[in-house]
Amino acid sequence: MSTLFWEEEIETLPRAGLQSIQLIRLQHLIARVYTTVKPYRDKMEAAGVRPEDITSLDDLTRLPFTVKDDLRDNYPFGMFTTPMDEVVRVHASSGTTGKPTVVGYTEKDINLWASVMARALTCAGAHRGDMVHNAYGYGLFTGGLGAHYGVEKMGATVIPVSGGNTKRQITIMKDFGSTVLLSTPSYALNLAEAMDELKVDPAALSLRVGIFGAEPWSENMREEVERKLNLKAVDIYGLSEVMGPGVAMECLQTTRGMHVFEDHFLPEIIDPDTGRVLPPGEQGELVFTTLTKEAFPVIRYRTRDISRLIYDTCECGRTLVRMEKVTGRSDDMLIIRGVNVFPSQVEHVLMGIEGVEPHYQIVVERHGNLDTMLVQVEVSGSVFSDEIRVLERLAKTIEAEIKDMLGVTCKVKLVEPRTIQRSEGKAQRVIDKRNI
Amino acid sequence: MRVEQIAVFLENKAGRLSKITGVLAENGINIRSLSLADTADFGILRLIVDKVEDAERVLKEGGFTVGKTNVIAVEVPDKVGGLASVLKIIENAALNLEYMYAFVNKSGENAVMIFRFEEIEEAIQVLQDNGIVILSGAEICAL
Repeated sequence: MSTLFWEEEIETLPRAGLQSIQLIRLQHLIARVYTTVKPYRDKMEAAGVRPEDITSLDDLTRLPFTVKDDLRDNYPFGMFTTPMDEVVRVHASSGTTGKPTVVGYTEKDINLWASVMARALTCAGAHRGDMVHNAYGYGLFTGGLGAHYGVEKMGATVIPVSGGNTKRQITIMKDFGSTVLLSTPSYALNLAEAMDELKVDPAALSLRVGIFGAEPWSENMREEVERKLNLKAVDIYGLSEVMGPGVAMECLQTTRGMHVFEDHFLPEIIDPDTGRVLPPGEQGELVFTTLTKEAFPVIRYRTRDISRLIYDTCECGRTLVRMEKVTGRSDDMLIIRGVNVFPSQVEHVLMGIEGVEPHYQIVVERHGNLDTMLVQVEVSGSVFSDEIRVLERLAKTIEAEIKDMLGVTCKVKLVEPRTIQRSEGKAQRVIDKRNI
Repeated sequence: MRVEQIAVFLENKAGRLSKITGVLAENGINIRSLSLADTADFGILRLIVDKVEDAERVLKEGGFTVGKTNVIAVEVPDKVGGLASVLKIIENAALNLEYMYAFVNKSGENAVMIFRFEEIEEAIQVLQDNGIVILSGAEICAL
């Protein structure tokens, strides 16, 4: 099978050519951000670097990092580079505390996003004529709408089915003849389970390829999804701060890494402790600089995702660097049913409930294909009551507030004081029992 | 007229009840009555003891979450319909009875029940007006 490209010239450009494009774009970006965004200018001034100092791609390391807290400090729109009347869309993802991280797009950004997403779809072997079943959530989450516009751009048919209502999804797959599935890998396994219950044979469906992302998944899970849904499973990478889905995409020829669309998203790998850039091929934290985005570019954004960059030429013919499947995080963020959860958000919720002390522990487990989150909260004297209903109401209140703030359903279990394991005086906030 | 009750938060796991009774025994505290209310996840142990302040202190020192509540100890005729007659009074007065449990020892010919009301003063008034005997903390500890 011959490889198909969406933008063949740029996707197969020799590295020298690609680097010269990256440099020009980087210089324009830095000059623009320096003049339009005070938080960036302040950080650059503090680091003693000016836009004219960027004369080669190596000078990138002179620029300060951007972290999630920078976005929180400038909530909601303080890091946007364009006036709001040029922003045609916003999305949001989990922040580290109560406030979400907000990102914005100009009309040109939306087009760019659709283009990189079309590239990603083509990379996975999707094409005009495909029936693309988009089960990513539509809404503030970038997954649904991000993928949606890419499918339309590519010229395939998009079914904007969004998440949930699994039985209906299977009926649609059967009746509409879905050929490409977009979802989280755990939802794909849910679908497989539901098909089994409904006695629907996946082999009788038209599914050919599944594009799975928004949460970490292993090679074992790939094998399981492929077997159970009778399709080829490929990995997609993205995060809202950089763009959304379509930052990097696995091709059909290799399972060793996803091609980073590095003419738009410049990757680096750093040591998460020292911030030092690591030599090619070493494992570390992935950092991105967006080269072409207008409304919300990021400079050296620390993703906290652990990966490595692979510069070997790929069999598919793409010269774009590949990033290995994300193997972990350099912070404590959890991904539960596709939702990003920071323990600090749970703490924030608890602090907001009168009398509740922030002594808690999150236990994440996987039952079947479903992740469950249990929040254990120590009962202090100030919330204790001799009446059962008072304590049950307290647990329900915490559950509702967490659902409200984090968008994830959890169970709250009240526990005795000092029962939460403490190692070296520091409480262990998360126990992740999932074997992903 | 009020009796001080100790309430202790308990997780539903092995050995917790025995830990509490052990702590009380070590400190020479006598349990006069108790009741355990539980859900799937946790329980609340309610205790009437002879040395309330000591019990509260030693349990807190033992790492338990402890609360103190006022309840009332009511004499109930130890015969058919005895409790029903008291509960009828409570119902007629539209008093909100949160929970109740039995006291181990008898007071003369009568049984003793521990009642927990939301409106404790009003409840004492209503019961006394209806000729029901309410015992003090000292009285029930002496039984």
